[in-house]
Amino acid sequence: MTNYAISVSGLRVRRGPREVLRDVSFSVPVGSVTGLLGPSGCGKTTLMRSVVGVQIVAGGEVTVLGEPAGSPRLRDRIGYATQNPSVYADLTVRESLRYFAAIVRAPRGDVDRVIGEVGLGTHADHLVGELSGGQLSRASLAVALLGRPRLLVLDEPTVGLDPVLREELWDLFGRLAGQGVTLLISSHVMDEAARCGRLLLMREGRILADDTPDALRARTGTDDLEQAFLRLVREEEAS
Amino acid sequence: MNVRFASATARRIVTQLRHDRRTVAMMILVPSLLLILLRYVFNSEQAFSAAAPALLAVFPFAIMFIVTSITTLRERTTATLERLMTLPIGKLDLLVGYMIAFGLVAIVQVLVAAAISLTWLGLEITGSVWMLLVIAVLDALLGTALGLLASAFARTEFQAVQFMPAIVMPQVLLCGLFAPRDSMTPALEWLSNVMPLSYAVDALDSVTRSAEIDGTLVRNLLIVAGCVVLALVLGSATLRRRTP
Repeated sequence: MTNYAISVSGLRVRRGPREVLRDVSFSVPVGSVTGLLGPSGCGKTTLMRSVVGVQIVAGGEVTVLGEPAGSPRLRDRIGYATQNPSVYADLTVRESLRYFAAIVRAPRGDVDRVIGEVGLGTHADHLVGELSGGQLSRASLAVALLGRPRLLVLDEPTVGLDPVLREELWDLFGRLAGQGVTLLISSHVMDEAARCGRLLLMREGRILADDTPDALRARTGTDDLEQAFLRLVREEEAS
Repeated sequence: MNVRFASATARRIVTQLRHDRRTVAMMILVPSLLLILLRYVFNSEQAFSAAAPALLAVFPFAIMFIVTSITTLRERTTATLERLMTLPIGKLDLLVGYMIAFGLVAIVQVLVAAAISLTWLGLEITGSVWMLLVIAVLDALLGTALGLLASAFARTEFQAVQFMPAIVMPQVLLCGLFAPRDSMTPALEWLSNVMPLSYAVDALDSVTRSAEIDGTLVRNLLIVAGCVVLALVLGSATLRRRTP
């Protein structure tokens, strides 16, 4: 048994004439919180889609929980929250969750558990379409938590949240990792990077760095991760 | 096929519809209102009785086509389909869920339209009312299945809406409602022979005229049911777990 939840080697994805991912390789240890950071359009979403197995890839290997990405046996072991909230706007939060709970064969009571975990208790019976942006992305996140998946792939789950809620969610992510769940979380806000155990910095379809926040700070000689990212970009451009 | 996934999907779609009362009211009442309108346009029970059975097939077919193609297109273009494709649900489970949900709506729609036609509007049929209902519901399912398939070829809701005149109207024109099919020029007759709605209208005609369930009626029903299954299988092939 491997102790990597995700291992990717030589992954390439083309969209039309453009190469969106260029020879991407990295591994994510089991039970870690790994942040996928980089500017908008650098290929974060495509990389996450490759991991959950919905992306047509041009080459390379993606292994998830010991199986090739997209294999049917992975379908009830991965929780995926897309960047655009993927919940039904014309259902209430609870109705939407009940449907997905039936699809992932989550136990009874799981719907109430995840509503509590994302802090939507007071809005459980509101229509999804009437929620604010932050509530909407939490409703979408709640779906990914159903059935206690071993791997969570979350595409910008904290966009539009106020600092208090953001803090609460990062605490939740940390608790889940403590239970052995692996989390791959994308963000384009650098201040969230410090909350991750490992960081993958991406730019223009390549991985610039794959390290712990501390090691990145040490390597670039700066305490600020945003500065660290900029230095890595300059290093890459210089070489 | 997983029955639990399909029934959960059907329940989800019915719940979505329940939150949209105006759409439900229109789906159920518009066919009946159009039939009432037609009855007074003809101003004769006899003329109405000649056209109404075919329309009992056409209305559920057209309405279910448009409602299903928009609903499934919405599922395709929002991220919910992408999420479902990462989960254990099968493509066929999802489509069968749609068929069950819209089939249920179609039953209500047809019951109301048939009840009004048979009591108030003076439609007279020789065959069994149940047979009439079975055929009309089968038509609604045909509309649903073709709508599911058509949604794969539309990228926007504007395009999906226009599949209605493009796919539904030719079938309505050629199904024998406006001119007997055997009086058409050979090319048009051939075209009408390959369109599933023609067989549904033929079946309804024979139920109106005779109480006998003969081989032709059974054959016509099997053809319509076969087209439903075919459209469903093709529609399932257009749902992809992996996309570019």
